[in-house]
Amino acid sequence: MASREDIKFLNNPNIGKKRKKYCRFRRYGIKYIDYKDPDFLLQFINPQGKILPRRITGNSLKYQKKVAIAIKRARHLAILPFVADNMK
Amino acid sequence: MRQYEVNFIVDPVLSGDEIKEAAQTYVNLIQENGNKIVHVDEMGLRQLAYPIKKRTTGMYYCVEFQNDDNTFIPKLELALRRDERIMRFLSVKLDRYGVEYNEKKRNGLIGKKDDKREKLKEDIKQIKKEAARVVEPTAKSEEE
Repeated sequence: MASREDIKFLNNPNIGKKRKKYCRFRRYGIKYIDYKDPDFLLQFINPQGKILPRRITGNSLKYQKKVAIAIKRARHLAILPFVADNMK
Repeated sequence: MRQYEVNFIVDPVLSGDEIKEAAQTYVNLIQENGNKIVHVDEMGLRQLAYPIKKRTTGMYYCVEFQNDDNTFIPKLELALRRDERIMRFLSVKLDRYGVEYNEKKRNGLIGKKDDKREKLKEDIKQIKKEAARVVEPTAKSEEE
């Protein structure tokens, strides 16, 4: 027989809870996004080289716009590809 | 006083001197028009993410300068566009955070690569020290 205390551990209350998304630029005080740094920008594109939407990255509007501009600049300078098969 | 950044990719097929000459012409052009050059960054030969003019690599240069005359940027861009040695270019106006960031980067405060380099330098120093220690006794023993 499972006592009441056992049942407490059987269903983990943290499962199914979503971790709150946050804007890393606001939290860590990053003011400038370097378009010459492909390793950093890689966090904001998917394996096809597309820019990830805000609902996935969690960026605030202000910084999502800056990220998008930085990625587009990097693409122009051939630092990032326009299209790719497998970036990551 | 506004601060700008001009990036350009020089054709890697040219010889080393020609590449440097091409970059130097634009540094001179910027200087001749009364602008103050803050920094010239030679990023070296880099792999391009996609081919440009059937080239897969390029010599990257980044020139940071201060400018007040707003007729200068179109002039510079026209010169870059007409030059066949230049594969791509991009001029960007820096905001104050950009200026701050570039200054920090130059001093080695940002970037993992610099950390690695410093570590390497330290490692090399230590290796040399140890090598000196090892070499000295053997030299003495040889003398004996």
